[in-house]
Amino acid sequence: MSFLTLTHLQKSFGPTKVVHDFNMAIEKGEFISFLGPSGCGKTTVLRMIAGFETPTGGSIVINGRDQTELKPNQRNIGMVFQAYALFPNMNVFDNVAFGLKIAGKPKAEIAARVQEMLKLIHLEHLADRYPYQMSGGQQQRVALARALAPKPQVLLLDEPLSALDAKIRVSLREEIRQIQQQLGITTVFVTHDQEEALSISDRIVVMNAGRADQIGTPFEIYNRPATRFVASFVGTLSLIDATVVNASESTVKLGEQVVSLKKPLPKGEGEKITVAMRPECGSLAEGARGDIAINGKVASSHFLGSVIRTKLDVGGPVLSFDMFNDPGRAPPAVGETVTLKVAADDLMVLAD
Amino acid sequence: MKRFWAWGALIVGLLYFILPLIGMTNFSLKMRRGVYSFDAYAVVLGDPRFQQTFTYSVTLALLTIIVGVVLVVPTAYWVRLKLPWLRPYIEFITLLPLVIPAIVIVFGYIRLYNTSSWLPLTATSLGTDALLVFGYTTLALPYMYRAVDTGLRTIDVTTLTEAAQSMGAGWFTIIGKVILPNVLLAVLSGAFLTFAIVIGEFTMAALLNRPAFGPYMQLLGANRAYEPAALAVIAFVITWGCLGLIQLVSRFQKSAQRPV
Repeated sequence: MSFLTLTHLQKSFGPTKVVHDFNMAIEKGEFISFLGPSGCGKTTVLRMIAGFETPTGGSIVINGRDQTELKPNQRNIGMVFQAYALFPNMNVFDNVAFGLKIAGKPKAEIAARVQEMLKLIHLEHLADRYPYQMSGGQQQRVALARALAPKPQVLLLDEPLSALDAKIRVSLREEIRQIQQQLGITTVFVTHDQEEALSISDRIVVMNAGRADQIGTPFEIYNRPATRFVASFVGTLSLIDATVVNASESTVKLGEQVVSLKKPLPKGEGEKITVAMRPECGSLAEGARGDIAINGKVASSHFLGSVIRTKLDVGGPVLSFDMFNDPGRAPPAVGETVTLKVAADDLMVLAD
Repeated sequence: MKRFWAWGALIVGLLYFILPLIGMTNFSLKMRRGVYSFDAYAVVLGDPRFQQTFTYSVTLALLTIIVGVVLVVPTAYWVRLKLPWLRPYIEFITLLPLVIPAIVIVFGYIRLYNTSSWLPLTATSLGTDALLVFGYTTLALPYMYRAVDTGLRTIDVTTLTEAAQSMGAGWFTIIGKVILPNVLLAVLSGAFLTFAIVIGEFTMAALLNRPAFGPYMQLLGANRAYEPAALAVIAFVITWGCLGLIQLVSRFQKSAQRPV
């Protein structure tokens, strides 16, 4: 049986329904990310798990116990907020000790646990500091230690990295994942940053307009998006209109060429479908792998160091593709006519 | 030219305020004929009634501060947290004591709580004292509420509350350990204003017939020559002391809340 089960969870604010029939089963020790644009309902689901919002319908069960009607302070759930939310009147030690004091733990046990937590986040030397004396990254690590100190059954992270600068964001997300694995704590992480979600999650829930569009591993979400929304939200995609030539042979007309996509097609002969391409799937190199050749004119070419990001005008849609820098070869020039090779396997057919 | 008028206005204004004070202080020092002395102050400070009424008013001021804090902090907090739409109404209510004269309030009290009413608070001194404390709390409400509300604005009330809740804290713990300590400086500045108001208040104490400092000042003023001036100077020093403490506290608050 799953550790955290959300069944038919719904939430409306007045006439506006923000979460529609949300179902999910999370295993013990799993790291789950809710990914989606702002307003998609991901934070609302998280806040319902925490108890800050009361569901309009459905149930939340943690470790076999129904939590739906419980108050936030009865759930034993750790939460980390975007704005850190450290108590400004307390130093680091007292912030981390807060939950333990409320639980009425003996002093010696509190001191030991706080030390253990500070060691975990590598901030033992800052126990006497006040929040305003620390950087954002340090504050957020303290907030993490504070949430973990009372040994919560679930850890909730509400966009904890959004307020930090790019470098800290990457190092802290790795630290969060490492701590999560070390403690084996079931974690739900809310983010609108796909790179964050892809890099640290066991599974990702892509949310759109209050619904879970797809639940899957980062690999599945990226490579086999279930809906057009998931495909376009996660990663960059170039969309190409195609016409089905023969559904049983999976052949479609792409521009002027007829190619086999080698996968089942959702529509019949003569109907239009959308074919999508990830930027890393195209190649310009001579003799490159790829059974589809698309001719086009280079619309833009950006040298980003290790990667060259190019947009190719193929007489209608503009395809975006990335290739690795090759010191022996100059990047494509704007206006140059080139041939892009793509393997049919790498193209995705979107259902809607 | 513009600067000349600005300085002129400032000097006229200062003279307008300071001259009577200088005159009064000067007069208060002239009890002994021909020389400056603190005789009037010695008389005032040595008067047992001064000590009694002053102690009484200080006690009531402290009680008023406690009642005010207990009433205003949870209210302002709750309004910010759960009922933000109620804020304009609450602000309006807290402003009422500025437009309703104290005498109206105290007559209302006497009518409602007299000896033949359902709650005869004026029947005992303790009851009357309680009534006076509630009256003072009402008078100080505009200042106390604004001070606390401004203090609450500087912290993220909602997130701090949720953080404390997720760690198992109940409402009492949240208000006592998280909210109050973070608005303590704002509460203190409200408390000093309350103190200054209560020490100088006359109407309520006189009409409820309680031995407060305000009625004592009035009594002395009606019967003596030099002592009232000395008493007025003492009262000014107390009030200004309170205002000075507010300044000190707010400066401390600014340095304590350095940006991250």
